[in-house]
Amino acid sequence: MFWTAATALLSHWRCRPIQFATLVFGLSLATALWSGVQAINAEARASYARAASVLDQNALTQLVPRDGNSIPQATFANLRRAGWNISPVIEGDHRFGNVRVRLIGIDPLTTPGKVGGFEPDGSNDLAAFVSQPGVLIVSQATALKLSSHTDMQIKIAPDIPDGAAFTDIGMAERILERRGELSRLVVAPDQRPDLPALDRLAPEIAIKPPGDRPDVAQLTDSFHLNLTAFGFLAFAVGLFIVYATIGLAFEQRRATFRTLRSLGVSLSSLTLLLMTELLVLAFLAGLVGVMIGYFVASLLLPGVAATLQGLYGASVPGTLTIRPEWWATGLVVAIAGTIGSSAQSLWQVRRMPLLTAAQPRAWARARAVGIRLQLLGGLVLLITSAILAVFGHGLSTGFAVLGCLLLGAALMLPGVLSAFLALLQRQSSHALVTWFWADTRQQLPGLSLALMALLLALAANIGVGTMVSSFRLTFIGWLDQRLAAELYLTARDENEASRLRAWLPAHSTSVLPIWSVEGDVLGDRLQIFGAAANDSTYRENWPLLLGTADVWDRVAAGQGALVNEQLWRGKKLSIGNELALPGGWSVPVVGIYSDYGNPRGQVIVGIDALAAHYPNVPKLRYGVRIAPADAPALKERMTSEFGLPAENVIDQASLKRQSRAVFDQTFAVTGALNVFTLGVAGFAMFSSLLTLSGVRLPQLAPVWAMGITRRDLALLEMLRTLALWLATFVVAVPVGLGLAWVLLSIVNVEAFGWRLPMRIFPTDWLVLGLVALAAAIVSVVIPLRRLATIGPSDLLRVFANER
Amino acid sequence: MLLSLRNVSKSYTTAEGRLEILKSIDFDLDAGESVALTGESGSGKSTLLHLAGGLDHPDTGQILSVGRDIAALEDQGRAEYRRTAVGLVFQQFNLIPSLDIGANISFHARLAGRHDPGWERELVQRLGIEPLLARYPDQLSGGQQQRVAIGRTLAARPPLVLADEPTGNLDEVTGDAVLDIMLSLTRSAGAALLMVTHSSRLAQRLDRRVHLHGGKIA
Repeated sequence: MFWTAATALLSHWRCRPIQFATLVFGLSLATALWSGVQAINAEARASYARAASVLDQNALTQLVPRDGNSIPQATFANLRRAGWNISPVIEGDHRFGNVRVRLIGIDPLTTPGKVGGFEPDGSNDLAAFVSQPGVLIVSQATALKLSSHTDMQIKIAPDIPDGAAFTDIGMAERILERRGELSRLVVAPDQRPDLPALDRLAPEIAIKPPGDRPDVAQLTDSFHLNLTAFGFLAFAVGLFIVYATIGLAFEQRRATFRTLRSLGVSLSSLTLLLMTELLVLAFLAGLVGVMIGYFVASLLLPGVAATLQGLYGASVPGTLTIRPEWWATGLVVAIAGTIGSSAQSLWQVRRMPLLTAAQPRAWARARAVGIRLQLLGGLVLLITSAILAVFGHGLSTGFAVLGCLLLGAALMLPGVLSAFLALLQRQSSHALVTWFWADTRQQLPGLSLALMALLLALAANIGVGTMVSSFRLTFIGWLDQRLAAELYLTARDENEASRLRAWLPAHSTSVLPIWSVEGDVLGDRLQIFGAAANDSTYRENWPLLLGTADVWDRVAAGQGALVNEQLWRGKKLSIGNELALPGGWSVPVVGIYSDYGNPRGQVIVGIDALAAHYPNVPKLRYGVRIAPADAPALKERMTSEFGLPAENVIDQASLKRQSRAVFDQTFAVTGALNVFTLGVAGFAMFSSLLTLSGVRLPQLAPVWAMGITRRDLALLEMLRTLALWLATFVVAVPVGLGLAWVLLSIVNVEAFGWRLPMRIFPTDWLVLGLVALAAAIVSVVIPLRRLATIGPSDLLRVFANER
Repeated sequence: MLLSLRNVSKSYTTAEGRLEILKSIDFDLDAGESVALTGESGSGKSTLLHLAGGLDHPDTGQILSVGRDIAALEDQGRAEYRRTAVGLVFQQFNLIPSLDIGANISFHARLAGRHDPGWERELVQRLGIEPLLARYPDQLSGGQQQRVAIGRTLAARPPLVLADEPTGNLDEVTGDAVLDIMLSLTRSAGAALLMVTHSSRLAQRLDRRVHLHGGKIA
């Protein structure tokens, strides 16, 4: 019996292959974008964990300096003598030519485990590792970059992250000029049970337990949350398609349900059959979706990797690994989405009385009633969004504001459009125009989900586009101010730097050292820069958000520090707060500066104070002020007289060009996701129009019979789609701007630590509008063609008495 | 002569092959005349009505209606003919669900450019649907909907009214009442009426009866 009943139910799909394809493709698309984003997140997180385990050896307990400075060699020796089984590490950034790497010096004899798949004390040549010229263990990509910039032997190990290099601790000490100062100590898993307490032996050292989340994973949380939100938005838009298609398919099969039940198929059996049918469809569509998701992720991953590198300095490989967990998650999401989308339809089947007549338009009428409820629900959500925006705090609240705003606007859309169409209908006097508006209004319930999907996609595009463009404009303005020096140079070593410091003052207007140390400030590891604050360059160009009147004088005198916006917001600092700096000194905060693109906190002190408190600060980088017309000649002289490689002397224009290129690459993935979401919304519109065109004849045939040609009817259908598109677009603009405001004023501040002014870009909206218009026209072409070429016999069937 | 069919044939392609519905039909209808078209199912009654209404076109033959050869008209011309010369009443009523009853009644007349509020008011009164004007079609009974459909047709003052089983969905009492109104109004409007019906009883009430059998006039 089951099989016979199932055959009757499944025959529906055989008669409506396009509807079947719409359902499967809609669900596949929704799953694809969701699982694609999840795949990217999983890959990135795995990469952070791998990097942390290799670079920071964070699976092991570590000993780190409490004040963020370094550990003296003597302390290490004391601990070893007391029986602690520990291994020293010296690490720091170093430039080999123009290639900057994180150099990690390890002791091959005491380091626990192997390094990135490379065992220095195993089959590899230990003698070569510890003796001149030394060995650098790096990834394949880093090896390619380094090969022409160092005499050291380069070996490739599989798990080393790009931009990092392991070497012998002696080599690292010499290259980084650390003179016996260790960065940290790695504690081996096997220790004597009767070890003397660390507090007594070395009170200046703290224990860092294993398993801490890598810093970069915490930093990038907000980015991955953004990505997940985008994936979810696309998934929700896709589910709209599924919901609409299942609803229509169930409505069209009402007569079959009634017949089956009158022939003795119980309600439970019918429900079971329908659920089985949906689950099988969901499973198949989910499989297809996960496969498409893999390709989507492969396409997006290089962009995401560039974004993560640009925003956070996080290294993620550009290729994707197939992970069973997101295959499983993708399938579960597809099935859960299908069950969620079909719950209402299944419930209606269960409540349908046996003798209810088939009502092909009943679903639309029922939804018309629902429009009023939706309007009310949407209003409640918008008010909630406003309340959360005013009184809420934190990243989660920011996303809640976003969610309520988007969902509220989407829910209100059909009601707003319905009211607007009713007004137009009342205003029109021509019969055909009156019918046009009235009929458009009647189509709303059937099209509302597609229109809501279109609104979400358009608003997301406008909102994210406004955010990115505002960011770009602010960033470029900021770059123009901040990159004031005409030339930026990097000496290859201290000797060369010393000679340049002596030579440059006579050949330039001024020389601005760009020196920095890393240290723990307010519990975070960040960079402390020195600024020649007496130089007018800073006073004239450095963009300050807040500051005392004498800010630069106080910085120059070593009596004040500037902090960047990220640190100011993150640590809730105020002007005048005392800032404890590594090395046991402190200065008051005298100013706040914007520092876009930098994920971490940063401090600027006077250059003399920096050099006095950190005498070992690397003094290799400088900004050089000179009349712009003389800059190329000076660059030429520095390369010819000092033998500096061209890439070590960068002019301002090149640096700005590089920064802009990095910025544009950074938001490439956002653009790609916008296009995908708009594509899904376009498909939602297409599928809705296509399914509606199948049930439109009873409404169109009487008008045709009264003397309106099929061509004119098709034209009116096109105008109807364009009118709805235009109305949705008009609503999407304020919603998108609201979204941009939330992103710029709430989410970005929480996620990145900086707040940007919002700029308006109407020409971008025009471009988006034209793209969406093209999508709307494409979506209506097939249904229109079907209508324009329909035979009179099909239209006459509407009037047939035996219908 | 208001309507004249000469040697009209029509066939359809079906799963079983080509099916000849009408075979060389000759038929005339005078202005103001009412004719009942009867015959068994599949005899070609509705097809003849559709051809006369310009809803479909014949394979062969000539259809002269209200002074024009509608068989020779293109899509645009046939649409104009339907808009201005013909009124159609169907068994399924085919009202426009998105418009209220008032708008439905005046819809065809407005399309035809013959909107006459006084005439519409009179029709509404005579049809007894005055209290229903603000309602929508799905809020009306079958009898009420058919009265609205008749009102819509006659409001446009077409010289030719074509009705396909207009009382087929109604009970006998309501059907009789609807037919009374339709005959009375078409006569007072001076329109000709061609009505398809299965009922001999109803057919007797019209001026003339034409019986179709096997695609030919018997």
